[in-house]
Amino acid sequence: MSGTADLEMKEHHLTTPATPEDLAKLELGDVVYFDGLIFTGRIGLYKKLFDEKAPPPVDIASLTNVTFHCSPAVGQNESGEWEVAAVTATASFRFEKHLPLLMDGHGVRCVIGKGGMAQQFYEDHFKRLGAVFLNTVGYGIGAQYGRGITGVKDVYWLDELGIAQAMWVFEVKNFGPFLVECDARGNSLYQMALAETNVELGKLYEGLPLPTLKRMGEVHNPEDEVF
Amino acid sequence: MPIVETQAISSELIREVAFELNRRAAIGIPKDVGDSIADMAERETQKLSKFVLLEIVNNYKVAVDEQRPMCADTGLPRFYAKIGNDAALEGGFVALERSVRQGTADATERVPLRPNRVHPITRHDYNNNVGIHAPTVDYSWEPDVDWIELTSFHKGGLFGGDYRMLFPTDGIDGIKRFFLDVISEFFKRGLSCQPAIVGIGIGGTKDTCVRLAKEAACLRVVGDRNPDPQIAELEEDLNDLGRRTSLGPMGFKGEGAVMDTHIEVAYTHTGGMPISIHHQCFALRRATARIHPDGRVEYRENPFWFTDYYRRDSVA
Ligand code: SF4
Repeated sequence: MSGTADLEMKEHHLTTPATPEDLAKLELGDVVYFDGLIFTGRIGLYKKLFDEKAPPPVDIASLTNVTFHCSPAVGQNESGEWEVAAVTATASFRFEKHLPLLMDGHGVRCVIGKGGMAQQFYEDHFKRLGAVFLNTVGYGIGAQYGRGITGVKDVYWLDELGIAQAMWVFEVKNFGPFLVECDARGNSLYQMALAETNVELGKLYEGLPLPTLKRMGEVHNPEDEVF
Repeated sequence: MPIVETQAISSELIREVAFELNRRAAIGIPKDVGDSIADMAERETQKLSKFVLLEIVNNYKVAVDEQRPMCADTGLPRFYAKIGNDAALEGGFVALERSVRQGTADATERVPLRPNRVHPITRHDYNNNVGIHAPTVDYSWEPDVDWIELTSFHKGGLFGGDYRMLFPTDGIDGIKRFFLDVISEFFKRGLSCQPAIVGIGIGGTKDTCVRLAKEAACLRVVGDRNPDPQIAELEEDLNDLGRRTSLGPMGFKGEGAVMDTHIEVAYTHTGGMPISIHHQCFALRRATARIHPDGRVEYRENPFWFTDYYRRDSVA
């Protein structure tokens, strides 16, 4: 496979729900912006939907097929409307258990998050469904993402889950940039990036002895990852 | 030295300043960090890494232009309080802590900040960032002055920190290896949201080195060197090592993503060398104000935390 220096980083503007054709043409490292609706979800929502098996508060599949692992910094104006000031992703690898349920059961085909997921997980679920994983940039460029949110269509389970964990449905316009981390064929930008950076990292460890006191369960190979 | 008669600093003023510091911290990037990231963006040669750095620079601008929090993870608000030995507080320290808690609840509602603080077991969110040991307030003291200086810091991120008990036999190489370990853990996939300031606490006890690592990352500005030449040299060496890892922003290949390395030390047990490392992300939310007894409030670019007195080694 060629390196990240060869990526074209093409820009795409998609309208939700994203069609299978939209998703199929996204390549690793491409830059994506959305118009339409997206919904947020993280562990609070997933526990409620999949562990407690609460009926979803809305038919997700009819709304959108784009979800975002995040919470907003949000306030209410004088007339009681929600105004989203900023939004930033939370690390996605923690949601391996629940994400397939959301994708298979509720039609989600586009996941926006942080850090990406394991290669095996992409092969098992994203490739099978022709779905894509998009990384937020930075990751903390929340003000730019906040600017792309033009309104709050609805918020569900706010009292119970709190602002950070509630399910928010945002109206978005020119919402991005997001980077294609896993394409609809299950390829991962991070697999490419790690292969490049591990070369240098491995060299720097040469000649540095292991610590005197080891720890249970730790790894010593600089190529290993922590999840 | 005689105790100086001084006017008490009003608790209502402290509440207002605590609110204002939370607001300033959430939105504007401190100059040292903004300049450092802009400089890295300029120097970066790899296209993915450069793209990320330019978006970060752009985001700092959007935050200020549109008065939005730069990152929606507005972190865990906490305070550092430098208290002049001659300062007097209306209502004492209990009033100061009340004012700081009130200023944090006000800011959560009105800036707004994301209410991140939950009970650790029930996970209940009280939507005001206040609760048991929240916000944290750390104190240090300064002789011969009558002001107090408050720094509000919003600590984001669940990643980018580690602790280890090293031993004298591990030596400088052991420190270097641990520095690389923490980069391997958290720069891959950009979990630290680097470019980061790497704070390192060496020595003391476990809790002391963890505290110092965080203070070194959060309260010293980019480019600042430890006054001890041997430690300053190690800071430079680690900066160089960080660059050579090739791990850039988001973990893409690049010219490295260590903005600066700051090391603080504390005298430690003769048999051990405890060490802690803390990565402070590029969304560095910090604001500092000095409050004088006559009611003057001086908003300052940089915190005055690591003073000669704070680092003293003498008996007196
Ligand atoms: S680590 Fe920093 S930049 Fe990243 S999401 Fe958290 S607060 Fe924002």
